[in-house]
Amino acid sequence: MTTSTLDPGRAAYRHVIPAGDPWTHEIKRGQILRIVDVEGNQAADTLFYDAHDPANRYSAADTIQRQAALYLSTGTRLISTLGDELLTIVADTCGRHDTLGGACSRESNTMRYAFDKESMHACRDSFICGVHAWRPDLGKRDIGPNINFFMNVPVTPDGRLTFADGVSAPGFYVELRAERDVVCVISNCPQLNNPCNAYNPTPIAVLVWDA
Amino acid sequence: MDVVINHQPGAPLLTRTLTRAGMWSGVLSRGKTLRLTDLEGGANVGLLLYHADVPSERYNLPDTLKGQHIFYLRHPYCLHSDMGRVLASITADTVGWHDTVCGCSDAKLVAAKYGEKNYQAARNDWHRNARDCFLIELAKWGLGPRDLVPNLNLFSKVVADEAGRLIYVPGNSQAGDHLSLRFELDTLVVLNTCQHPLDPDPRFHPREVRLEVFRTPPPGTDDACRRSRPENERAFRNTEDYRALRD
Repeated sequence: MTTSTLDPGRAAYRHVIPAGDPWTHEIKRGQILRIVDVEGNQAADTLFYDAHDPANRYSAADTIQRQAALYLSTGTRLISTLGDELLTIVADTCGRHDTLGGACSRESNTMRYAFDKESMHACRDSFICGVHAWRPDLGKRDIGPNINFFMNVPVTPDGRLTFADGVSAPGFYVELRAERDVVCVISNCPQLNNPCNAYNPTPIAVLVWDA
Repeated sequence: MDVVINHQPGAPLLTRTLTRAGMWSGVLSRGKTLRLTDLEGGANVGLLLYHADVPSERYNLPDTLKGQHIFYLRHPYCLHSDMGRVLASITADTVGWHDTVCGCSDAKLVAAKYGEKNYQAARNDWHRNARDCFLIELAKWGLGPRDLVPNLNLFSKVVADEAGRLIYVPGNSQAGDHLSLRFELDTLVVLNTCQHPLDPDPRFHPREVRLEVFRTPPPGTDDACRRSRPENERAFRNTEDYRALRD
Protein backbone atom coordinates (compact mmCIF):
# COMPACT_ATOMS: atom_id res chain seq x y z
CA MET A 1 0.00 0.00 0.00
CA THR A 2 1.60 3.26 -1.15
CA THR A 3 0.06 6.71 -0.85
CA SER A 4 0.76 9.63 -3.18
CA THR A 5 1.97 13.14 -2.41
CA LEU A 6 0.35 14.66 -5.49
CA ASP A 7 -2.11 17.49 -4.85
CA PRO A 8 -5.47 16.99 -6.62
CA GLY A 9 -5.74 20.79 -6.75
CA ARG A 10 -2.76 20.86 -9.12
CA ALA A 11 -3.98 18.17 -11.52
CA ALA A 12 -3.92 19.21 -15.19
CA TYR A 13 -7.05 17.19 -15.97
CA ARG A 14 -9.90 15.77 -13.94
CA HIS A 15 -13.03 13.92 -14.94
CA VAL A 16 -15.72 11.75 -13.38
CA ILE A 17 -16.73 8.67 -15.41
CA PRO A 18 -20.39 7.92 -14.65
CA ALA A 19 -21.32 4.32 -13.83
CA GLY A 20 -21.46 2.19 -16.99
CA ASP A 21 -19.76 4.72 -19.31
CA PRO A 22 -16.54 4.53 -21.35
CA TRP A 23 -13.70 7.06 -21.17
CA THR A 24 -10.82 7.55 -23.61
CA HIS A 25 -7.82 9.81 -22.95
CA GLU A 26 -4.19 10.13 -24.02
CA ILE A 27 -1.59 10.13 -21.24
CA LYS A 28 1.74 11.59 -22.33
CA ARG A 29 5.05 10.04 -21.31
CA GLY A 30 5.89 11.15 -17.75
CA GLN A 31 2.33 12.16 -16.87
CA ILE A 32 0.69 10.52 -13.86
CA LEU A 33 -2.81 9.05 -14.11
CA ARG A 34 -4.80 8.55 -10.91
CA ILE A 35 -7.93 6.38 -10.96
CA VAL A 36 -10.19 6.82 -7.92
CA ASP A 37 -12.83 4.37 -6.68
CA VAL A 38 -15.11 7.20 -5.53
CA GLU A 39 -17.76 5.24 -3.64
CA GLY A 40 -15.91 1.92 -3.20
CA ASN A 41 -16.07 -1.58 -4.72
CA GLN A 42 -16.36 -0.38 -8.30
CA ALA A 43 -14.44 -2.22 -11.01
CA ALA A 44 -12.60 0.05 -13.47
CA ASP A 45 -12.02 -2.15 -16.53
CA THR A 46 -8.96 -0.61 -18.17
CA LEU A 47 -7.03 -0.97 -21.44
CA PHE A 48 -3.83 0.80 -22.48
CA TYR A 49 -2.39 1.25 -25.97
CA ASP A 50 0.88 2.66 -27.26
CA ALA A 51 -0.48 5.99 -28.58
CA HIS A 52 1.60 5.63 -31.75
CA ASP A 53 0.89 1.93 -32.42
CA PRO A 54 -2.45 0.49 -31.29
CA ALA A 55 -1.25 -3.07 -32.05
CA ASN A 56 1.22 -2.59 -29.17
CA ARG A 57 -1.29 -2.78 -26.34
CA TYR A 58 -1.51 -3.86 -22.71
CA SER A 59 -0.87 -7.59 -22.29
CA ALA A 60 -2.07 -9.36 -19.16
CA ALA A 61 0.13 -12.40 -19.86
CA ASP A 62 3.32 -10.41 -20.45
CA THR A 63 2.67 -8.34 -17.32
CA ILE A 64 2.09 -11.47 -15.22
CA GLN A 65 5.11 -13.23 -16.72
CA ARG A 66 7.50 -10.27 -16.23
CA GLN A 67 6.71 -9.99 -12.51
CA ALA A 68 6.00 -13.73 -11.98
CA ALA A 69 2.91 -12.73 -10.01
CA LEU A 70 -0.82 -12.51 -10.66
CA TYR A 71 -1.93 -9.35 -8.89
CA LEU A 72 -1.03 -5.76 -9.74
CA SER A 73 0.13 -3.20 -7.17
CA THR A 74 2.81 -0.56 -6.56
CA GLY A 75 5.89 -1.34 -8.63
CA THR A 76 4.11 -3.42 -11.25
CA ARG A 77 5.22 -2.51 -14.76
CA LEU A 78 2.45 -2.87 -17.31
CA ILE A 79 3.90 -4.68 -20.32
CA SER A 80 2.60 -4.60 -23.90
CA THR A 81 1.99 -7.41 -26.38
CA LEU A 82 5.33 -6.51 -28.01
CA GLY A 83 7.23 -6.50 -24.71
CA ASP A 84 7.44 -2.76 -23.99
CA GLU A 85 6.79 -1.01 -20.67
CA LEU A 86 3.66 1.09 -21.05
CA LEU A 87 3.17 2.37 -17.49
CA THR A 88 4.35 1.71 -13.93
CA ILE A 89 2.09 1.66 -10.87
CA VAL A 90 3.61 4.26 -8.55
CA ALA A 91 0.97 4.51 -5.81
CA ASP A 92 -1.85 2.27 -4.66
CA THR A 93 -4.04 2.51 -1.56
CA CYS A 94 -6.04 -0.60 -2.49
CA GLY A 95 -3.15 -3.07 -2.54
CA ARG A 96 -4.30 -5.55 -5.16
CA HIS A 97 -5.83 -5.33 -8.62
CA ASP A 98 -6.96 -8.09 -10.98
CA THR A 99 -5.90 -8.82 -14.55
CA LEU A 100 -7.28 -12.35 -14.97
CA GLY A 101 -11.02 -11.63 -14.86
CA GLY A 102 -11.22 -9.68 -18.11
CA ALA A 103 -14.29 -7.71 -19.07
CA CYS A 104 -17.92 -8.69 -19.16
CA SER A 105 -19.62 -8.88 -22.54
CA ARG A 106 -23.26 -9.45 -23.49
CA GLU A 107 -22.14 -12.74 -25.04
CA SER A 108 -20.18 -13.99 -22.03
CA ASN A 109 -23.04 -12.98 -19.74
CA THR A 110 -25.21 -15.57 -21.51
CA MET A 111 -22.54 -18.20 -20.88
CA ARG A 112 -21.85 -17.20 -17.28
CA TYR A 113 -25.34 -16.41 -15.97
CA ALA A 114 -28.35 -17.03 -18.21
CA PHE A 115 -29.50 -16.45 -21.79
CA ASP A 116 -31.91 -13.72 -20.67
CA LYS A 117 -29.00 -11.55 -19.42
CA GLU A 118 -28.02 -10.80 -23.02
CA SER A 119 -29.69 -7.39 -23.09
CA MET A 120 -27.78 -6.07 -20.07
CA HIS A 121 -25.13 -3.40 -20.66
CA ALA A 122 -21.60 -4.81 -20.59
CA CYS A 123 -17.98 -3.62 -20.64
CA ARG A 124 -17.08 -4.94 -24.09
CA ASP A 125 -19.66 -2.67 -25.72
CA SER A 126 -18.21 0.28 -23.79
CA PHE A 127 -14.68 -0.74 -24.87
CA ILE A 128 -15.78 -0.82 -28.53
CA CYS A 129 -17.21 2.71 -28.15
CA GLY A 130 -14.10 3.74 -26.21
CA VAL A 131 -11.61 2.63 -28.90
CA HIS A 132 -13.83 4.12 -31.63
CA ALA A 133 -13.64 7.46 -29.82
CA TRP A 134 -9.88 7.30 -30.37
CA ARG A 135 -9.75 5.72 -33.83
CA PRO A 136 -12.76 4.48 -35.81
CA ASP A 137 -10.55 1.97 -37.66
CA LEU A 138 -10.05 -0.04 -34.45
CA GLY A 139 -12.53 -2.58 -33.14
CA LYS A 140 -13.10 -5.76 -31.20
CA ARG A 141 -9.92 -7.25 -32.67
CA ASP A 142 -7.92 -4.59 -30.78
CA ILE A 143 -9.46 -5.36 -27.41
CA GLY A 144 -7.42 -7.83 -25.36
CA PRO A 145 -7.73 -8.94 -21.74
CA ASN A 146 -7.80 -5.84 -19.53
CA ILE A 147 -6.96 -4.75 -16.00
CA ASN A 148 -9.73 -4.60 -13.41
CA PHE A 149 -8.63 -1.93 -11.00
CA PHE A 150 -10.20 -2.34 -7.53
CA MET A 151 -11.40 -5.87 -8.29
CA ASN A 152 -10.43 -8.93 -6.25
CA VAL A 153 -10.17 -12.28 -8.07
CA PRO A 154 -8.15 -14.57 -5.83
CA VAL A 155 -6.57 -17.78 -7.14
CA THR A 156 -6.10 -20.58 -4.62
CA PRO A 157 -2.92 -22.70 -4.51
CA ASP A 158 -4.95 -25.65 -5.90
CA GLY A 159 -5.90 -23.53 -8.92
CA ARG A 160 -9.46 -22.42 -8.16
CA LEU A 161 -10.56 -18.95 -9.24
CA THR A 162 -13.14 -16.99 -7.26
CA PHE A 163 -14.76 -13.57 -7.45
CA ALA A 164 -14.44 -12.18 -3.96
CA ASP A 165 -15.96 -9.10 -2.45
CA GLY A 166 -14.09 -5.91 -1.85
CA VAL A 167 -10.54 -5.09 -1.07
CA SER A 168 -11.48 -1.57 -2.13
CA ALA A 169 -13.34 1.18 -0.29
CA PRO A 170 -14.53 4.76 -0.92
CA GLY A 171 -11.66 7.00 -2.03
CA PHE A 172 -9.14 4.24 -2.70
CA TYR A 173 -6.94 5.03 -5.69
CA VAL A 174 -4.17 3.77 -7.91
CA GLU A 175 -1.60 5.93 -9.72
CA LEU A 176 0.33 5.10 -12.86
CA ARG A 177 3.25 6.84 -14.54
CA ALA A 178 3.24 6.65 -18.34
CA GLU A 179 6.59 5.31 -19.63
CA ARG A 180 5.63 6.28 -23.19
CA ASP A 181 2.67 8.11 -24.76
CA VAL A 182 -0.33 5.86 -24.13
CA VAL A 183 -4.05 5.94 -24.74
CA CYS A 184 -6.18 4.76 -21.83
CA VAL A 185 -9.67 3.35 -22.39
CA ILE A 186 -11.76 2.69 -19.29
CA SER A 187 -15.11 0.96 -19.11
CA ASN A 188 -16.69 1.86 -15.80
CA CYS A 189 -18.20 -1.58 -15.33
CA PRO A 190 -22.03 -1.90 -15.49
CA GLN A 191 -22.13 -5.55 -14.37
CA LEU A 192 -25.05 -6.36 -12.03
CA ASN A 193 -24.74 -10.13 -11.95
CA ASN A 194 -21.82 -10.55 -9.55
CA PRO A 195 -20.30 -8.70 -6.58
CA CYS A 196 -17.57 -6.90 -8.59
CA ASN A 197 -19.50 -3.61 -8.25
CA ALA A 198 -21.30 -4.51 -5.01
CA TYR A 199 -24.45 -4.82 -7.22
CA ASN A 200 -24.56 -1.04 -7.54
CA PRO A 201 -22.25 0.51 -10.18
CA THR A 202 -20.90 3.91 -9.08
CA PRO A 203 -18.67 6.66 -10.57
CA ILE A 204 -14.91 6.46 -11.08
CA ALA A 205 -12.79 9.65 -11.02
CA VAL A 206 -9.67 10.15 -13.15
CA LEU A 207 -6.99 12.81 -12.65
CA VAL A 208 -3.85 13.51 -14.68
CA TRP A 209 -0.77 15.42 -13.50
CA ASP A 210 1.89 16.77 -15.84
CA ALA A 211 5.44 15.46 -15.53
CA MET B 1 -5.83 -35.71 -11.54
CA ASP B 2 -8.24 -36.82 -14.25
CA VAL B 3 -6.64 -39.31 -16.58
CA VAL B 4 -8.68 -40.08 -19.64
CA ILE B 5 -7.33 -42.23 -22.43
CA ASN B 6 -9.02 -41.43 -25.70
CA HIS B 7 -10.22 -44.28 -27.85
CA GLN B 8 -8.81 -43.52 -31.27
CA PRO B 9 -11.33 -43.72 -34.07
CA GLY B 10 -9.38 -44.68 -37.16
CA ALA B 11 -6.05 -43.66 -38.56
CA PRO B 12 -4.91 -40.06 -38.15
CA LEU B 13 -5.62 -37.69 -41.05
CA LEU B 14 -2.28 -36.03 -40.35
CA THR B 15 0.78 -36.90 -38.28
CA ARG B 16 3.66 -34.48 -37.73
CA THR B 17 6.57 -34.48 -35.34
CA LEU B 18 7.66 -31.00 -34.30
CA THR B 19 11.39 -30.78 -33.61
CA ARG B 20 13.60 -27.97 -32.30
CA ALA B 21 11.52 -24.83 -31.66
CA GLY B 22 8.87 -26.20 -33.99
CA MET B 23 5.81 -24.31 -35.15
CA TRP B 24 2.62 -25.24 -36.96
CA SER B 25 -0.71 -23.75 -37.97
CA GLY B 26 -3.80 -25.13 -39.66
CA VAL B 27 -7.58 -24.96 -39.77
CA LEU B 28 -9.37 -27.86 -38.10
CA SER B 29 -13.06 -28.12 -38.86
CA ARG B 30 -15.71 -28.89 -36.29
CA GLY B 31 -15.57 -32.55 -35.25
CA LYS B 32 -11.83 -32.98 -35.73
CA THR B 33 -9.60 -33.82 -32.77
CA LEU B 34 -6.00 -32.71 -32.37
CA ARG B 35 -3.87 -34.99 -30.20
CA LEU B 36 -0.55 -33.63 -28.95
CA THR B 37 1.98 -36.02 -27.40
CA ASP B 38 5.05 -35.06 -25.37
CA LEU B 39 7.68 -37.40 -26.83
CA GLU B 40 10.54 -36.67 -24.41
CA GLY B 41 8.98 -35.36 -21.21
CA GLY B 42 9.02 -31.71 -20.15
CA ALA B 43 7.42 -30.38 -23.36
CA ASN B 44 5.63 -27.05 -23.65
CA VAL B 45 3.21 -26.18 -26.44
CA GLY B 46 2.19 -22.54 -26.80
CA LEU B 47 -1.30 -22.51 -28.32
CA LEU B 48 -3.63 -19.85 -29.74
CA LEU B 49 -7.03 -20.50 -31.34
CA TYR B 50 -9.08 -18.32 -33.72
CA HIS B 51 -12.53 -18.91 -35.18
CA ALA B 52 -11.79 -19.65 -38.84
CA ASP B 53 -14.93 -17.80 -40.03
CA VAL B 54 -14.17 -14.55 -38.18
CA PRO B 55 -10.69 -14.59 -36.61
CA SER B 56 -11.40 -11.63 -34.31
CA GLU B 57 -13.29 -14.27 -32.33
CA ARG B 58 -10.48 -16.09 -30.54
CA TYR B 59 -9.50 -18.10 -27.49
CA ASN B 60 -10.20 -15.88 -24.51
CA LEU B 61 -8.28 -16.40 -21.28
CA PRO B 62 -10.63 -14.52 -18.91
CA ASP B 63 -13.86 -16.08 -20.18
CA THR B 64 -12.27 -19.54 -20.11
CA LEU B 65 -11.21 -19.06 -16.48
CA LYS B 66 -14.37 -17.24 -15.29
CA GLY B 67 -16.71 -19.67 -17.00
CA GLN B 68 -15.11 -22.64 -15.26
CA HIS B 69 -13.91 -21.04 -11.99
CA ILE B 70 -10.42 -22.37 -12.60
CA PHE B 71 -6.93 -21.00 -13.22
CA TYR B 72 -5.53 -23.88 -15.30
CA LEU B 73 -6.97 -26.36 -17.78
CA ARG B 74 -7.47 -30.12 -17.89
CA HIS B 75 -10.12 -32.63 -18.98
CA PRO B 76 -13.14 -32.03 -19.01
CA TYR B 77 -12.77 -28.27 -19.37
CA CYS B 78 -13.26 -26.24 -22.53
CA LEU B 79 -11.49 -23.44 -24.36
CA HIS B 80 -13.93 -20.55 -24.67
CA SER B 81 -13.94 -17.76 -27.23
CA ASP B 82 -14.75 -14.12 -26.42
CA MET B 83 -18.24 -14.60 -27.93
CA GLY B 84 -19.75 -16.93 -25.32
CA ARG B 85 -18.94 -20.00 -27.44
CA VAL B 86 -16.66 -23.04 -27.17
CA LEU B 87 -13.82 -23.37 -29.67
CA ALA B 88 -12.46 -26.67 -28.33
CA SER B 89 -12.99 -29.22 -25.56
CA ILE B 90 -10.30 -31.17 -23.73
CA THR B 91 -11.61 -34.68 -24.34
CA ALA B 92 -8.54 -36.56 -23.11
CA ASP B 93 -5.62 -35.57 -20.92
CA THR B 94 -2.97 -37.61 -19.13
CA VAL B 95 -1.24 -34.48 -17.76
CA GLY B 96 -3.91 -32.83 -15.58
CA TRP B 97 -2.59 -29.24 -15.49
CA HIS B 98 -1.99 -26.84 -18.38
CA ASP B 99 -0.87 -23.25 -17.72
CA THR B 100 -3.10 -20.43 -18.95
CA VAL B 101 -1.52 -17.20 -17.67
CA CYS B 102 2.22 -16.95 -18.36
CA GLY B 103 2.19 -16.04 -22.05
CA CYS B 104 5.13 -16.64 -24.36
CA SER B 105 8.87 -16.02 -24.49
CA ASP B 106 10.28 -13.23 -26.64
CA ALA B 107 13.70 -12.57 -28.17
CA LYS B 108 14.96 -10.64 -25.13
CA LEU B 109 13.98 -13.34 -22.68
CA VAL B 110 15.54 -16.10 -24.79
CA ALA B 111 18.80 -14.15 -25.21
CA ALA B 112 18.98 -13.37 -21.48
CA LYS B 113 18.25 -16.93 -20.45
CA TYR B 114 20.04 -19.07 -23.00
CA GLY B 115 22.46 -16.68 -24.66
CA GLU B 116 22.54 -15.54 -28.26
CA LYS B 117 22.71 -18.25 -30.90
CA ASN B 118 22.00 -16.96 -34.37
CA TYR B 119 21.35 -18.77 -37.62
CA GLN B 120 24.75 -17.75 -39.02
CA ALA B 121 26.56 -19.63 -36.24
CA ALA B 122 24.18 -22.44 -35.38
CA ARG B 123 22.13 -22.97 -38.54
CA ASN B 124 18.87 -24.67 -37.56
CA ASP B 125 19.87 -25.10 -33.94
CA TRP B 126 19.55 -21.33 -33.49
CA HIS B 127 17.58 -19.91 -30.60
CA ARG B 128 14.04 -18.96 -31.50
CA ASN B 129 11.32 -17.53 -29.29
CA ALA B 130 7.61 -18.16 -28.95
CA ARG B 131 6.31 -14.68 -29.81
CA ASP B 132 8.16 -14.63 -33.13
CA CYS B 133 6.92 -18.17 -33.86
CA PHE B 134 3.32 -17.05 -33.22
CA LEU B 135 3.76 -13.96 -35.42
CA ILE B 136 5.30 -15.98 -38.26
CA GLU B 137 2.45 -18.49 -38.34
CA LEU B 138 -0.25 -15.81 -37.80
CA ALA B 139 1.10 -13.90 -40.80
CA LYS B 140 0.33 -16.89 -43.04
CA TRP B 141 -3.36 -16.40 -42.31
CA GLY B 142 -3.39 -12.62 -42.70
CA LEU B 143 -3.10 -12.03 -38.94
CA GLY B 144 -0.48 -10.17 -36.92
CA PRO B 145 0.35 -8.35 -33.69
CA ARG B 146 -3.26 -7.14 -33.29
CA ASP B 147 -4.21 -10.78 -32.89
CA LEU B 148 -1.74 -11.59 -30.09
CA VAL B 149 -3.62 -12.52 -26.92
CA PRO B 150 -2.57 -14.59 -23.88
CA ASN B 151 -1.77 -18.10 -25.10
CA LEU B 152 -2.05 -21.47 -23.43
CA ASN B 153 1.09 -23.32 -22.37
CA LEU B 154 0.06 -26.96 -22.72
CA PHE B 155 1.95 -29.55 -20.64
CA SER B 156 3.31 -26.86 -18.25
CA LYS B 157 2.27 -26.24 -14.65
CA VAL B 158 2.56 -22.98 -12.76
CA VAL B 159 0.90 -22.50 -9.36
CA ALA B 160 0.19 -19.33 -7.40
CA ASP B 161 0.69 -18.83 -3.67
CA GLU B 162 -1.67 -16.79 -1.48
CA ALA B 163 0.09 -13.57 -2.48
CA GLY B 164 -0.23 -14.43 -6.18
CA ARG B 165 3.47 -15.23 -6.69
CA LEU B 166 3.95 -17.79 -9.44
CA ILE B 167 5.95 -20.97 -9.04
CA TYR B 168 6.91 -23.14 -12.04
CA VAL B 169 6.49 -26.84 -11.26
CA PRO B 170 9.03 -29.01 -13.10
CA GLY B 171 8.28 -32.57 -14.20
CA ASN B 172 4.61 -31.92 -14.90
CA SER B 173 4.63 -33.90 -18.15
CA GLN B 174 6.38 -37.20 -18.86
CA ALA B 175 7.36 -38.83 -22.16
CA GLY B 176 4.18 -40.23 -23.70
CA ASP B 177 1.79 -37.85 -21.94
CA HIS B 178 -0.83 -36.50 -24.29
CA LEU B 179 -3.79 -34.17 -24.63
CA SER B 180 -6.72 -34.24 -27.06
CA LEU B 181 -8.63 -31.15 -28.20
CA ARG B 182 -11.93 -31.69 -30.01
CA PHE B 183 -12.99 -28.67 -32.05
CA GLU B 184 -16.56 -27.39 -31.72
CA LEU B 185 -16.20 -24.64 -34.37
CA ASP B 186 -13.96 -24.45 -37.45
CA THR B 187 -10.77 -23.23 -35.80
CA LEU B 188 -7.41 -21.85 -36.85
CA VAL B 189 -4.83 -23.51 -34.58
CA VAL B 190 -1.47 -21.76 -34.14
CA LEU B 191 1.16 -23.45 -31.98
CA ASN B 192 4.86 -23.81 -31.25
CA THR B 193 7.05 -25.93 -28.98
CA CYS B 194 9.21 -23.16 -27.44
CA GLN B 195 9.96 -23.61 -23.75
CA HIS B 196 7.72 -22.11 -21.08
CA PRO B 197 8.81 -18.56 -20.21
CA LEU B 198 9.22 -19.40 -16.52
CA ASP B 199 10.97 -22.77 -17.09
CA PRO B 200 14.19 -22.44 -15.03
CA ASP B 201 16.08 -25.02 -17.16
CA PRO B 202 19.21 -23.09 -18.27
CA ARG B 203 19.48 -25.11 -21.51
CA PHE B 204 17.70 -24.11 -24.70
CA HIS B 205 15.91 -27.39 -25.05
CA PRO B 206 12.48 -27.50 -26.77
CA ARG B 207 11.15 -31.06 -26.61
CA GLU B 208 9.81 -33.08 -29.51
CA VAL B 209 6.04 -33.11 -29.77
CA ARG B 210 3.88 -35.31 -32.00
CA LEU B 211 0.79 -33.80 -33.54
CA GLU B 212 -2.02 -35.98 -34.89
CA VAL B 213 -5.44 -35.06 -36.28
CA PHE B 214 -8.39 -37.46 -36.16
CA ARG B 215 -11.97 -37.35 -37.31
CA THR B 216 -14.17 -37.80 -34.23
CA PRO B 217 -17.92 -38.08 -33.60
CA PRO B 218 -19.81 -34.95 -32.49
CA PRO B 219 -20.44 -34.56 -28.77
CA GLY B 220 -23.70 -36.06 -27.51
CA THR B 221 -25.94 -34.44 -24.90
CA ASP B 222 -24.17 -36.52 -22.23
CA ASP B 223 -20.70 -35.33 -23.30
CA ALA B 224 -18.40 -34.96 -20.29
CA CYS B 225 -17.01 -31.58 -21.41
CA ARG B 226 -20.43 -30.17 -22.22
CA ARG B 227 -21.85 -31.33 -18.89
CA SER B 228 -18.85 -30.34 -16.77
CA ARG B 229 -20.44 -26.99 -15.83
CA PRO B 230 -23.73 -25.19 -16.53
CA GLU B 231 -21.63 -22.42 -18.12
CA ASN B 232 -20.23 -24.95 -20.61
CA GLU B 233 -23.72 -26.28 -21.34
CA ARG B 234 -24.83 -22.73 -22.26
CA ALA B 235 -21.63 -22.08 -24.27
CA PHE B 236 -22.31 -25.29 -26.26
CA ARG B 237 -25.85 -24.04 -26.95
CA ASN B 238 -24.48 -20.68 -28.14
CA THR B 239 -22.07 -22.61 -30.39
CA GLU B 240 -24.88 -24.74 -31.82
CA ASP B 241 -27.01 -21.65 -32.43
CA TYR B 242 -24.15 -20.16 -34.48
CA ARG B 243 -23.80 -23.37 -36.48
CA ALA B 244 -27.56 -23.67 -37.04
CA LEU B 245 -27.62 -20.25 -38.73
CA ARG B 246 -24.40 -20.81 -40.64
CA ASP B 247 -24.69 -24.41 -41.89
